[in-house]
Amino acid sequence: MTARIRLHEICGYRAGDKGDISNVALFAEDAAVYDVICAEVTADRVKAHFGSMVTGTVIRYEAANVLALNFVMDGALGGGGPRSLRADSLGKTLGGALVRMEIDVPDELSARRAPRPDVRWAEEILDGAE
Amino acid sequence: MSGTVRIGGGQGFYGDTPRSVQGLLDDGIDYLCLEALAELTLAILQKDRQKDETRGYTRDLPLYLGAALPAVAAGRTKVITNAGGINPTAAARAAVDTAKALGISGIRIATVLGDDLMPRLDDIAGTTSLVHLDTGAAFSEFPGAPLFAAAYLGARPIADALAQGADIVITGRVADAALFLAPLAHEHRWAWDDWDRLAAGTLVGHLLECSGQSAGGNLSRDWWTVPNPWDLPYPIAEVDTDGTAVITKPKGSGGRVSFDTVRHQLLYEVHDPAAYLSPDVTADFTSATFDDLGDDRVRVTGVRGLAATDTYKALLAHHAGWAGEARIAFSWPEADAKATATAAIFQKRVELAGLQVDEWCVELWGVDALGGPTVPPTDAEPPECVARVAWRCPDAQTAGLVAREMVPLTLSAPPAGFTGMGRGGGRPTELLGIWPTLVEKSLVDPHVSVAIEEV
Repeated sequence: MTARIRLHEICGYRAGDKGDISNVALFAEDAAVYDVICAEVTADRVKAHFGSMVTGTVIRYEAANVLALNFVMDGALGGGGPRSLRADSLGKTLGGALVRMEIDVPDELSARRAPRPDVRWAEEILDGAE
Repeated sequence: MSGTVRIGGGQGFYGDTPRSVQGLLDDGIDYLCLEALAELTLAILQKDRQKDETRGYTRDLPLYLGAALPAVAAGRTKVITNAGGINPTAAARAAVDTAKALGISGIRIATVLGDDLMPRLDDIAGTTSLVHLDTGAAFSEFPGAPLFAAAYLGARPIADALAQGADIVITGRVADAALFLAPLAHEHRWAWDDWDRLAAGTLVGHLLECSGQSAGGNLSRDWWTVPNPWDLPYPIAEVDTDGTAVITKPKGSGGRVSFDTVRHQLLYEVHDPAAYLSPDVTADFTSATFDDLGDDRVRVTGVRGLAATDTYKALLAHHAGWAGEARIAFSWPEADAKATATAAIFQKRVELAGLQVDEWCVELWGVDALGGPTVPPTDAEPPECVARVAWRCPDAQTAGLVAREMVPLTLSAPPAGFTGMGRGGGRPTELLGIWPTLVEKSLVDPHVSVAIEEV
């Protein structure tokens, strides 16, 4: 049996830029999650997920030593940072966009949830500044 | 030097804060490495130099040196930086002036030259193809005149400068990680074909080159648990002769160094992690083992490398038109529909005004400006929405006239939008295209030199 959850529940992310190429790294919580994302998060699925945002090819690399996949997306930055008209011309937010993707996971992973932000420390700072 | 070398990554880009450098110096580092050049920083610096021949380096260099020079003068720390940008000689002059202003003498400042290909570009283009590395386009298709052309040099000339007794080494364009590999190779006497050691030093450099990003900055998932994020430190590497390294941070600082923070940086701006191409080595980042030792210490072992290629990456840039940008904000009800309609009315008005726009970009902030097609469709209405419209024109004047067409829409478009100009206070900005390519090392190396000046 499988269940459908967002990558966000089980993976971290960071995006980087070089020219018009964005690379988005996807970090599995543990080895069980790594096996699942290796099977589920293919280059083709990532290409389809980003649709018109990525005009070129998507290549996937594996870094098993850090339980990560690295997606290298060509034509992902509207022509490249200094040429792009997009506000996020360096694609800093594309990691978050990737972990919106839903995948099928085995039942034993289906209850996994991303930790929820607790920013009481920030609220205390802002309240104190009033 | 026998034993462990401590290196601090004190800058991640031109505009980073020099304040965190003091924490590195207080913790005790043998080398402070300052990485100041993003892909397009040279274009900014080139414009600076066009206005003033004594410019062309990152102008915050004196701030960093002001913090570091007491430790340098005391013989505790040496500084390596690519802050020279397009004009390392002028940067060295600024370094000399900074030292004199602080009353510091008896230090050696080295300048590494030879990365700038502009003076020889015609010769180089006649010898090698300079095809676009990503698109494969021939150099004959290069749009217009190059604004700059620079090769990413490796660690060797920096290590040469250190061998000549330099206390401060200033370069132009070098591979970011080479700033960090150079002192390690120098201190540990690594051979330039000891690929595993060179790969280990390159990986360490890659982990340190983006300052706070190894120490809890830009961390996904449990980012809010990073201690004292307003005091986010810069990272330190303790590197042994065999290439084993511990990534850590200054004692008592905020931030975090863990397996998770380190792996986030490991793949940042990396393509094939099993073949990270640098001028000095082809490093296999997937061969490394990362052990989280606790107490903000992560040990890196087992890095493997293969021979470097016989080319340097080089980067050229060209003018790519002028951009403008305007924003108009709407509140509920029908905020996104009003924003969409207003963007369309704006485009139509620009067209009727006879202004040439070569490209439009419309983003609905509060809806899908950042996520685009990855945002699932919803029937829920956003509480507010900002339309951000950007455009590209052939000249600056047209780009500026387009912006003016947004202002009257406050009164003449769907209800209750208010405009605020973005991007350069409403002034047009120049767009730049970049042209990455490869140049044979044999065409570059004969022109690389090190100059040393004693203060």
